[in-house]
Amino acid sequence: MSASYDLYQEQILDHYRHPRNKGPLPDATLNARDSNPLCGDEVILHLNIDGSRHASEVRFEGQGCAISQASASILTTMLKGSSMEEIEALDRDALLKKLGIPLSVVRLKCALLPLHVLRLALGDSKAVRT
Amino acid sequence: MAKPAKVLLNVPAIKADFPILQRKVRDRRLIYLDSAATSQKPKQVIDATSDYYSRYNANVHRAIYELGEEATREYEGAREKIAGFIRAKSPNQIVFTKSTTESLNVVAYGYGLKGKLQSGDEIVGTVMEHHSNHVPWHFVKDHKGAVLKYVDVNDDGTLRMEQYDELLTKRTKIVTVTLCSNVLGTINPVKDIVKRAHEVGAVCVVDAAQAAPHMSIDVQDLDADFLAFSGHKMLGPTGIGVLYGKPEALDATEPLLGGGEMIREVHLGRASWNDVPYRFEGGTPNIAGAIGLGVAVDYLTKLGMDAVRAHEMEVTQYALEKFARLDGVHTYGPKDVKKKAGVLAFTIDNAHPHDVASILDVEGICVRSGHHCAQPLMERFDLPATARASFYVYNDLEDVDALVAGIKRVQEVFA
Repeated sequence: MSASYDLYQEQILDHYRHPRNKGPLPDATLNARDSNPLCGDEVILHLNIDGSRHASEVRFEGQGCAISQASASILTTMLKGSSMEEIEALDRDALLKKLGIPLSVVRLKCALLPLHVLRLALGDSKAVRT
Repeated sequence: MAKPAKVLLNVPAIKADFPILQRKVRDRRLIYLDSAATSQKPKQVIDATSDYYSRYNANVHRAIYELGEEATREYEGAREKIAGFIRAKSPNQIVFTKSTTESLNVVAYGYGLKGKLQSGDEIVGTVMEHHSNHVPWHFVKDHKGAVLKYVDVNDDGTLRMEQYDELLTKRTKIVTVTLCSNVLGTINPVKDIVKRAHEVGAVCVVDAAQAAPHMSIDVQDLDADFLAFSGHKMLGPTGIGVLYGKPEALDATEPLLGGGEMIREVHLGRASWNDVPYRFEGGTPNIAGAIGLGVAVDYLTKLGMDAVRAHEMEVTQYALEKFARLDGVHTYGPKDVKKKAGVLAFTIDNAHPHDVASILDVEGICVRSGHHCAQPLMERFDLPATARASFYVYNDLEDVDALVAGIKRVQEVFA
């Protein structure tokens, strides 16, 4: 595969084809959903925060392009087991580093949708579409 | 090959007229398949707009001096060319706007909202309209209490004409329909639609944004009351649009923009209006845009709109045949090119349209992906999004072959 296919590296395709932590989480303590109106990408995030303020379980649901859905899958793996402090500190740079792909401005919206939904779940009124 | 290609236009010669088609994208030949969004511009159009700014830039209709005379002559000359292009009786039936969207808003506002419509009067649209032919009518519903009704489509992407008949009542005052769908490519039987609208006393508004660039239009034969289209989809500049209207329809339409040019006399607290079409052209117009559109019309007229249409039917037929042989690829809209313009919406199993467009982009191929400003239609077909390739005079069978090869790459990536 040529270098110009950087966007669709094996990691991204693997998470897209075999999403981790996908499905509903009926007992979740934090939930949020949002969509990208331009693309129709949708991400729903569920987190179960336990008594020690750690994310004991994290799941996502959604539909959309490979970038948005792989990003959601990767985000859940980053969140699972993390403390609330770690979750709140998780920023776009950390997620983008984990994704490890070059993104145009338009595709950046796809990649960051799951992070936006996480902010909504945390009740961050400053959560804005990036 | 199913049958020998008989493409009528000299595509290499046409391509040579388009500077942008000479450039490369990531060292690859640019293959532009998004003309339904906006067309590329030939150097004749680019030169004409540049020439206006370089040689005779002045405001129209006011200046006494020579430059102003020249600018006015060219601007009004463009109006005459456009009238001829759609066979309007008079250039006075051609209003310059900034876009199809503005044209449709002028009608919705000036004829619907501020016109004679009463609460409870009915407006009939279709589910295949572009957002620009949905939302202005929502305003009329919200502010005037008009009732909106919609003609559905059959699964093959054609309008349900028997349902249209059922929707028409004595209360129907406006029927609004696209001549050609920007997603399905469906060419609607607008002459028949207009006739039936007139039988119940309604006026018919035609969105010709996707039709005017691609086929011959005769507004007198269609008998449309209003017809709207844009310059930028038909080789012209952005920021220039057209609203055609019958004299009695334009007379019954209130202006949307108040200001200079559109008035006869202004006093404190009151004003009287200029004649049609100037009544609708408040503010300094897009002079360069109108002149450029006039030259685009010259370019298309020289090719011949029947030849343009025949060419696109060939390319579309070829694409449909190629696509039909691809497993896991689905197309939407009529399969009969007599009922379909060169617009091909498609989806690929297991690949989201945005990923399709991203991978085709790597190959230098420009296609659109998303809902194409037609969300109600996407809902009708239960599709979150599609990819869309659209063809124009500078596309040939090689471009289709490149697209098909690109789709195979997509399928490799998402296998």
